[in-house]
Amino acid sequence: MLLTISTVSSVTSRPATDLGFLLHKHPDRVQEFAQSFGTARVFYPEATERRCTAALLLDVDAIRLARSRGKTAPDFSLGQYVNDRPYAASSLLAVALADVFRTARAGRCAARPELAAAPLPLEIRLPALPCRGGAALAHRLFEPLGWEVAAEAVPLDEGFPEWGDSRYVRLALRGEVRLADALNQLYVLLPVLDDAKHYWLAGDEVDKLIRAGGGWLAGHPEKGLITRRYLGRRRGLERTAFARLAELGDDVEEALEPPVDEEVVPEREDSATGTDDFTGADVSDPEAPAVAGGPDGRTTEHAGEAPHDSAASDTPDGDATGPDAARVPLNVLRRDAVVAAVEELGARTVIDLGCGSGQLLAALLARPAFTRIAGADVSTQALAIAARKLKLDRMPDAKRARLELFQGALTYADPRFAGYDAAVLMEVIEHVDPPRLPALERVVFGSAKPAHVVVTTPNREYNVRYDFLGEGRAMRHPDHRFEWTRAEFAAWARAVADRYGYRVAFRAVGDDDPDVGPPTQMAVFSVAGERSEGDG
Amino acid sequence: MVEIKVPEMGLVVLVGVSGSGKSTFAARHFAPTQVISSDYCRGLVSDDENDQSATPEAFDLLHHIVGVRLRRGLLTVVDATNVQYEARKKLIELAKSHDVLADAIVLDVPEGVAVARNAVRPDRDFGPRVVVRQNKDLRRSLARMSKDGFRRVHVLRGDEIDQAVIAYERAWTDKTELTGPFDIIGDVHGCRSELEALLRALGWQVGAAGAVHPEGRTAVFVGDLVDRGPDTPGVLRLVMGMVAAGTALCVSGNHEQKLVRALGGRKVTVAHGLKESLEQLAAEPEEFQRAARAFMDGLISHYRLDGGRLVVAHAGLKEAYHGRASGRVRSFALYGDTTGETDEYGLPVRYPWAEEYRGRAMVVYGHTPVPEPEWVNNTICLDTGAVFGGRLTALRYPERELVSVPAERVWYESVRPLGVPKAGREPGALRIGDVSGTRYVDTRFRGRIKVREENAAAALEIMSRFAVDPRWLVYLPPTMAPPETSTRDGFLEHPAEAFEEFAAAGVTRVVCEEKHMGSRAIAVLARTPEVAAKRFGITDGSAGAVYTRTGRPFFGDGRMGELVDRLREEARPLWDELVSDWVVLDCELLPWSAKAEELIRRQYASVGAAARAALPDAVAVLSAAAGRGLDVGDLLEGTQRRLDNAARFRDAYARYCWPVSGLDGVRLAPFQVLACEGRATAATEPHSWHLEALSLLTGEPDGSPEATAGRLFAPTRHVFVSLDSERERADAVEWWSALTEAGGEGMVVKPVDVVTGRVQPGLKVRGREYLRIIYGPDYTESLDVLRRRFLGKKRSLALREHALGLEALTRLAEGEPLWRVHEPVFSVLAMESEPVDPRL
Repeated sequence: MLLTISTVSSVTSRPATDLGFLLHKHPDRVQEFAQSFGTARVFYPEATERRCTAALLLDVDAIRLARSRGKTAPDFSLGQYVNDRPYAASSLLAVALADVFRTARAGRCAARPELAAAPLPLEIRLPALPCRGGAALAHRLFEPLGWEVAAEAVPLDEGFPEWGDSRYVRLALRGEVRLADALNQLYVLLPVLDDAKHYWLAGDEVDKLIRAGGGWLAGHPEKGLITRRYLGRRRGLERTAFARLAELGDDVEEALEPPVDEEVVPEREDSATGTDDFTGADVSDPEAPAVAGGPDGRTTEHAGEAPHDSAASDTPDGDATGPDAARVPLNVLRRDAVVAAVEELGARTVIDLGCGSGQLLAALLARPAFTRIAGADVSTQALAIAARKLKLDRMPDAKRARLELFQGALTYADPRFAGYDAAVLMEVIEHVDPPRLPALERVVFGSAKPAHVVVTTPNREYNVRYDFLGEGRAMRHPDHRFEWTRAEFAAWARAVADRYGYRVAFRAVGDDDPDVGPPTQMAVFSVAGERSEGDG
Repeated sequence: MVEIKVPEMGLVVLVGVSGSGKSTFAARHFAPTQVISSDYCRGLVSDDENDQSATPEAFDLLHHIVGVRLRRGLLTVVDATNVQYEARKKLIELAKSHDVLADAIVLDVPEGVAVARNAVRPDRDFGPRVVVRQNKDLRRSLARMSKDGFRRVHVLRGDEIDQAVIAYERAWTDKTELTGPFDIIGDVHGCRSELEALLRALGWQVGAAGAVHPEGRTAVFVGDLVDRGPDTPGVLRLVMGMVAAGTALCVSGNHEQKLVRALGGRKVTVAHGLKESLEQLAAEPEEFQRAARAFMDGLISHYRLDGGRLVVAHAGLKEAYHGRASGRVRSFALYGDTTGETDEYGLPVRYPWAEEYRGRAMVVYGHTPVPEPEWVNNTICLDTGAVFGGRLTALRYPERELVSVPAERVWYESVRPLGVPKAGREPGALRIGDVSGTRYVDTRFRGRIKVREENAAAALEIMSRFAVDPRWLVYLPPTMAPPETSTRDGFLEHPAEAFEEFAAAGVTRVVCEEKHMGSRAIAVLARTPEVAAKRFGITDGSAGAVYTRTGRPFFGDGRMGELVDRLREEARPLWDELVSDWVVLDCELLPWSAKAEELIRRQYASVGAAARAALPDAVAVLSAAAGRGLDVGDLLEGTQRRLDNAARFRDAYARYCWPVSGLDGVRLAPFQVLACEGRATAATEPHSWHLEALSLLTGEPDGSPEATAGRLFAPTRHVFVSLDSERERADAVEWWSALTEAGGEGMVVKPVDVVTGRVQPGLKVRGREYLRIIYGPDYTESLDVLRRRFLGKKRSLALREHALGLEALTRLAEGEPLWRVHEPVFSVLAMESEPVDPRL
């Protein structure tokens, strides 16, 4: 991977080759610096009085990298032999740059102190910069810092023009910037644009950011995004089994990720507080990330394949339910509606089938009237997130005794599903392939057979109210197998009720639009003969 | 000598005061592991066998151990004083809750003897007071112990204690020594004429009061011989004769039970055809009436036959009750499990125990009229409503053949209309217990295979979120290992090592099959949707499925149905060839990009794009530096080479991508017929047979392309190699080189004949250029490093997954229930989540 820094002779009438003094690297030598992942070299392809260019070329041996890092690397791609790291400008390059130009980055130059302190006419080129968010993001990050940005998307494969652009841009920056600032900006922004790091984040990561960002980060309009991405996202080791199965099936790993994060309100980019913690009381959690992010922000962001990084506008659940509504997110409205429904049914024991990250469980636990609560999910990753968010390990015994969490699948009959007054399937059925729904119906209504079942699912008719659901994206979440109209949902629910001896009533959740209905629809099933809502 | 008969499987409770010699008695007559003593349990929970404060918890432990042993069907002896009613009551309840019989053996020794024995034991320094109190309890107990609930109470006194000999009584239900063959006959209900016709159809020689089969077969009646029909006495006479002569067995039906009660003068509601029986019997001589009553009264609830592999009970029996004896076992066997509700005809709603049945024993029963006998998890109901004008049906065991004769007329009107099928077959009746947790799967090809819990958890998620219906998911392909790493210059894999390995294992003939670079696909095809419904239980009108290595459907959109339909059309020649109306094929679906486009774009094309963006610039700056006289020569040359490698890498993946529109451009290359009706061909047929059979679909590989134009099925090129011929080996290497240099992925080398033991079922030998996709563009620069790769785990997984795959296919071919087929299939997916070097 390659980075070039050029300068031209300026009004100060200093020769351009003074760049060598500033970088502390002699223009007529090729210097080598061993890195843990390869070799960095600095040399000058041009060095005249008029114009001088320093090149930092980092040689990364992908095979040695893969062999030494294996599966425990935070950036999974490091474990792969087929790896863009030898070519792309990533955190590996940022680290090499910081190391090789350590003194220059500190702004120190005994030989030319006035030059080190002053803005210089600089030109920086990165031929293959991985840029999650596209060229637009490069503009958004560099322009506020005084750079003139030329960012050109690299096509994925000229032989397959229909595949479109790759995630790399050919970047050229021009501007009058102090060299130390330029280096620090690159050091921070390369991994931010790539949205990945090759090393495990340690506690000093925040300090590094503050040091390198001094003087330019605080006033940057995208500082929220920069901070969040720089501090990285925790990835679980349990993903390795998944990665393996994804690869076997010729799938991409993200396609297999559990849809747990759908329920989380994406944090606003300029704010460090999210809704990561359901319990609320304990905001000063010492183990919580210094800046919200965690595994939760991630899928939401990736899910939409958004052209830029503004995930907040991209998920219906994060949006208000209508232009005039108070800004209560739909997922909160939905959760409250479900809790209200099971309360009205008089249920004392409730099982949340497909509990995801445990949002509903937290709400149920907060109400002592529910004496026994269970959460089941097919994803062990979702269950681990739920356990963490519910602070299971620190929960008082009496509360803990009311809750059970376990892995289960709705297509396998499971005796553990039975014995509850009510079962909730909140935003679950739309994640099941239609041909597999009869199996789910049998497991829930035939085998577990609780007195009441509460089911919620998106109302497809309402999708016209979401701007982001345009061409190329028909459903609210990539894992949705279908989204039903009110009529389709009602037909399904009535057929199930008939087959298994239930009665069913319907409710709207969220703004009940006169034309297209509510964003979420709810069906409340009660075993025929049982008291149900409306019976008093 | 005093003989004490105790149940062979059940609970024996010793009763006696401290010092009465219970432990000595137990040690003399029972194995140490059979005897659970309260002293021992007290020691386990307190480190002191005499610590009385530990007694409650010691008994908790004792009851737990006894419970586990009884659940597992082990004879268990409790060595505790048990002189108090409460103590015995808990043990009797424990026996009842496991449906086993309990006997008590009382050692009644004089108080003085017990006191004297205790006195010489330093650990029993509690004095005579304790024994006196215990003896008082025992006296009080002896008088009424027979009412405690024991089957028998054996009281031993004086010399009897030393002279006693234990004899074991087998359970009445235990006829495991009888191996048949059997003709199991459904509910007769007084239809004598139909019974005789059925017996004759089965080859029996029938008389008025008996029947024999020339081949020595044994008839087994599932009960309900009587009531409703025209000649209950005639049926009884015939069956009683056969049972007396030893040519038949008969279990009790609920109708026999009720008739016995009615004959005994008990008040019963005379309905459901009981009236007819009473009238008909009244016309018989009194002697016959008495004999018939005794016969029916003596019928037992169920039989275990053929080493426990066959269970016959009137209304069926869940596994936990097989061979057990208790009121509820008898009630289940005679009346079945009910939900406590009644249906619209006022009849009890049956609990679908058979759907939950997971036992290995076949359970044959009657009781509930069905229009058609149907296997449900290795159980079958033979009541086809003869008396209601249906048929009388028999099952030949072990042949699993059904034989039936039609009723001569409707003898009795059914309350519930016969022939109304159940509410449709239940879809995919799998249970979480079929797959979750640490599992041990018994396979016939590789013994017992362990599946780890965390792997099962990962597989559960993939299976339930992404896989096709488990009824279609009858197989998942195993992983395949490469041969030992080649040391040849420039190569990581080469055919020579594969040939060498097989030759060393004693294989003489192998086939080299072209390895298509696409996505592995399993195609399950039924001739018609009706066949799909009958054989696979799929009733949504589909007639097949094509899915990936992880069980996901190809083409989530509507193309799946079209693909299946076209494949079924093209597969027509196979139905006659295989004498089957369904088939499972192992294939490769082409192009790779059809399924993997997203992966190719994200992973492969992306790396190529970065390389082609960065490396030319690097070459340019290095050239400029060289032009300035800087010493970058080696670096420039190396970077130039990497630029070339990047181009080759791009060509390597691009070769396997081509645009697909609808199904245009899609090909499916089958290379093995995995299974068809009655045959798991993957486990029985050589590869020469497979390729021959498949050529019916694909045409000859070297045939003219026009002949197969427009077909979905594509041929698999192959060569057979005799390993003892150097020339044939060399020719095959040549063939492989040509194939891979032209861009082919490589080949798979397989022993032609089915192999067992530690011999790999196949080895993949991948081409030099193809391996760039696996090991990266520049792998050829680092062969020395890459040669250090470890194949052991991959090879071991390949063998285990192969055995699981064959097991699944064999279970499918033999018509085993869904959960049995699903178990090994699920296990393959679980094993595939094991972290193994994914480059292998």
